Amino acid sequence: MDLSAIDPMLLLASLMAASTPVLLAAIGELVVEKSGVLNLGVEGMMITGAICGFAIAVESGSPMLGFLGAAVCGALLSMLFAWLTQYALANQVASGLALTMFGLGLSSLIGQGYQGIKPPATHDLNIPLISDIPVIGPILFQHDPLVYFSIALVAAVWAMLKFSRAGLILRSVGENHSAAHALGYKVVRIRVLAIMFGGACAGLGGAYLSLIQVPQWTEGMTAGAGWIALALVVFASWKPWRVILGAYLFGGISILQLNLQAVGVNIPVAYLAMAPYVVTIVVLVIISSDRKRVSLNAPASLGRVFHASH
Amino acid sequence: MRPIKTIAAGIALAVGLGGAALAADKTKVGFIYVGPIGDGGYTYQHDQGRLAVEKHFGDKVETVYQESVPEGADAERAITQMALNGADLIFTTSFGFMDPTVAVAKKFPNVKFEHATGFKRADNLGTYSARFYEGRTVIGTIAGRMTKTNKIGYIGAYPIPEVIRGINAAFIAARKVNPDVEFNIVWAYTWFDPAKEADAAKALLEQGADVILQHTDSTAPSAAAEKAGNVITFGQASDMAEYKPRPRVSSIIDNWAPYYIERVQAVMDGTWKSDDTWSGIGAGMVEIGEITGVPDDVKKEAEGIRDQIAAGTLHPFTGPLNKQDGTPWLAAGETADDGTLLGMNFYVEGIKGELPK
Amino acid sequence: MFHLEPRPQTSKLWIAITPLLAVVATMIAGGILFAFLGKDPFVSIRLIFWDPLFGDFAFYYRPQLLVKGAPLILIAIGLSLGFRAGIWNIGAEGQYIIGAICGAAVGLAFYPMESWLIFPLMILAGALGGTLWAMIPAILKVRYGTNEILVSLMLVYVAEKLLASMSLGLLKNPEGHGFPGSRNLRDYASAFNDELFAGTGMHWGVAAAFIAVILAYVLLNRHMLGFQIRLTGQAPRAARFAGVNPPRLILFCLGTSGMLAGLAGMFEVSGPSGQISIDFNTGYGFTAIIVAFLGRLHPVGILLAGLLLALTYIGGEIAQGQLNLPAAAIQLFQGMLLFFLLAVDLLSNFRIRLNQRKESI
Repeated sequence: MDLSAIDPMLLLASLMAASTPVLLAAIGELVVEKSGVLNLGVEGMMITGAICGFAIAVESGSPMLGFLGAAVCGALLSMLFAWLTQYALANQVASGLALTMFGLGLSSLIGQGYQGIKPPATHDLNIPLISDIPVIGPILFQHDPLVYFSIALVAAVWAMLKFSRAGLILRSVGENHSAAHALGYKVVRIRVLAIMFGGACAGLGGAYLSLIQVPQWTEGMTAGAGWIALALVVFASWKPWRVILGAYLFGGISILQLNLQAVGVNIPVAYLAMAPYVVTIVVLVIISSDRKRVSLNAPASLGRVFHASH
Repeated sequence: MRPIKTIAAGIALAVGLGGAALAADKTKVGFIYVGPIGDGGYTYQHDQGRLAVEKHFGDKVETVYQESVPEGADAERAITQMALNGADLIFTTSFGFMDPTVAVAKKFPNVKFEHATGFKRADNLGTYSARFYEGRTVIGTIAGRMTKTNKIGYIGAYPIPEVIRGINAAFIAARKVNPDVEFNIVWAYTWFDPAKEADAAKALLEQGADVILQHTDSTAPSAAAEKAGNVITFGQASDMAEYKPRPRVSSIIDNWAPYYIERVQAVMDGTWKSDDTWSGIGAGMVEIGEITGVPDDVKKEAEGIRDQIAAGTLHPFTGPLNKQDGTPWLAAGETADDGTLLGMNFYVEGIKGELPK
Repeated sequence: MFHLEPRPQTSKLWIAITPLLAVVATMIAGGILFAFLGKDPFVSIRLIFWDPLFGDFAFYYRPQLLVKGAPLILIAIGLSLGFRAGIWNIGAEGQYIIGAICGAAVGLAFYPMESWLIFPLMILAGALGGTLWAMIPAILKVRYGTNEILVSLMLVYVAEKLLASMSLGLLKNPEGHGFPGSRNLRDYASAFNDELFAGTGMHWGVAAAFIAVILAYVLLNRHMLGFQIRLTGQAPRAARFAGVNPPRLILFCLGTSGMLAGLAGMFEVSGPSGQISIDFNTGYGFTAIIVAFLGRLHPVGILLAGLLLALTYIGGEIAQGQLNLPAAAIQLFQGMLLFFLLAVDLLSNFRIRLNQRKESI
């Protein structure tokens, strides 16, 4: 039992990769929720993205095409949800859950015949010179492109929400859809676009699992990652940068748990496996106990049905 | 009380139908799977066995299956449904189906049942299981020979006898050829979560393990090993040939086909009898996948051990062996009895770390 | 083009017609799917919707509808109360697990003593376990304003790990040869939730589900608390003026849904399932959320929705077993049914009108 055997640098490097799928899905869901829509179908869109990306990458031999395809498929699937909730005015919670069920079935149907196949490899982006810097190099600069893409995406979402007009409109739609409508914004159209963005991100996250992290296709392989992504959004109190923090914290606890076991620390494993969830609850409590700040960030129209009466 | 009468008559009718189906020329064989046939591992291998039955008997059999059956009430219904629809022989392929199988077997005395990995039997209910630990002895030998860091990582699903037995068998074999070997064991607490298996493999690699053994089904650890380079792994349940010749250097394959064919034949001949089968390499139920990517002498040694086990001249648990706490377990030359093996809940001497309780 | 015009009142007629419409639409879409997979669409649809009710072996499947539907209905009734008031308990699956663990633990603690007192004690323990597990998000919400959707969801995962540790440790069957899982309560008469009438599938859980439907109906229509729940959901501000005490309502709604979910778990573990095992939970808690919405959060609607979903489960199994349809196809089929049911709800709240040129100002 030697705690010093755990190299914090390696730990950090592997948790960055391990957290990427939920990070991608969560940043997408954040945009969806900012527009005032709660889509609980993240798991279904992730798993559909996982198989679509996998199949396309295997058939075409190009992982990049696979990721692109995964994003498109995720967005297409989310259109179902968008249609139900935005045009047919169905309840969002139920529609999201139905979407998850549908996505799980669809993915395993598509996936028949893709088991036991190795996907084309995605190569790490070894940026010359800086990736050789001791300590920081391996942590920060020796990952696959998707890790950087996910971080860039968070930055982009943050900038978009904070500085751009599009971000302002998105937030106003999420805050008060009636007022936004009165100002002449196309509430439904904006929300549909946000939902599609969320679907694309979830699809990408799923494809990261099937093409890079595992990499393999097996039915039900997301194993609950979509639900974690949902939790992260609230955990982050709808702030993009906090999504990264949450994703890494969550991934970090899971990885640390496995590492502690690997060095032979005698821990009650069953209870430690609960730790990520318990810690999430604790952090949620800490964040939400500061009521003013939460209410500033939570989209006021979240989950409410909007129908323009004229 | 008319409804109850109707129901009783219905059950009588159903049982009668079951009997009638026996007389028909086609033998109907049912399979209940715990996972999807596309899991590429445990259930996939059982389904390969089913396909082998179809191929072997042609149109003399009809097979039906139901996949992803949850344990408990759902399993009982799925099994009953097969029996009602005239199955002559039903294989229930997961430990969790034990009590449901027992319950249904009671209701359908004319239908034969076979339950995998359980311990409850009846006149029309037999059990079967494979001695996977024999395979662990073979790959443990390769692992002990091949490790340079003397650290072997082991990913276990849950601390249950089946998994513990495998760890002990592999450890004993590895220590025999390499006294400096140590095992780092990580419990994933899931049967199925490829991403977690990948993370567990990475954690073990970071601790310096250069051999990964796994008792979970996905190829995620092999992929992680391939990326790390210079690490070897072993296929689990299926051959995982796509990672040949390295990192996957061999595999333990569940081969149910010979057993399924034999039992279906027995039902056809009317010679089927309830019994308890626990077969290993010798009977072909446990198969060692082609050994690749290791030096010839290691390959020869491993194959030698495989053949000795098959011939019955070597028992993976042969004394002198102590339990982890140092208390004697087996005297020199003594071999473990099946009862102890089935309920194994201790590590053998030399394994570090505590078994989770 | 079309446009939607809100109906002044939800149409009773359409509420009755729309589910049938959705089922027919699903049959068509599902038939196409099955044909695409190379199976006879008419046989598949017949196996799913007809055979469980009127096929050769309906005497066996009809009671199974109750066995499968009861936990869904019981849980969904509890959830619907909260959902009506805008309190989102997504973690019924966790409360179901904890109810089962507590109920089974009490039963097993008395093993092998036989007494008629044991089963009622187990019921109490199951209800209490579920309630307490739901009280965690409830109290956190009342005290700190923490989002109950996420806390209850996170607690599902905690409960699952606890379940695994219980089946491997504390509650493991000492005579089970070291295998995970508890003793089977079927072999323990005092703790066994047997069928009340042989061959009918009616166990105490089914009875509880029916009672819950009736009580919920009475509560929502005849009781002050039911009025407060409905008011809070429709007009939270007005509710405050009407003297609703939000914290009390949160505690009541989450507590009740937790209690019913816990009861469902307890009846399941002591009856149809029989034992605590690692994979004891099969998603009833999540499916019940869908049932609650399909039933339009109305007790009678939930009763029907639960039975309909049970029908597709059991019929789906029959279709799988007879035609070797992949399980995934059935899952997809159920997904479609839900989509159609959700989509057609539109017709009961809105009229679809052809757009006419309106004189705009």
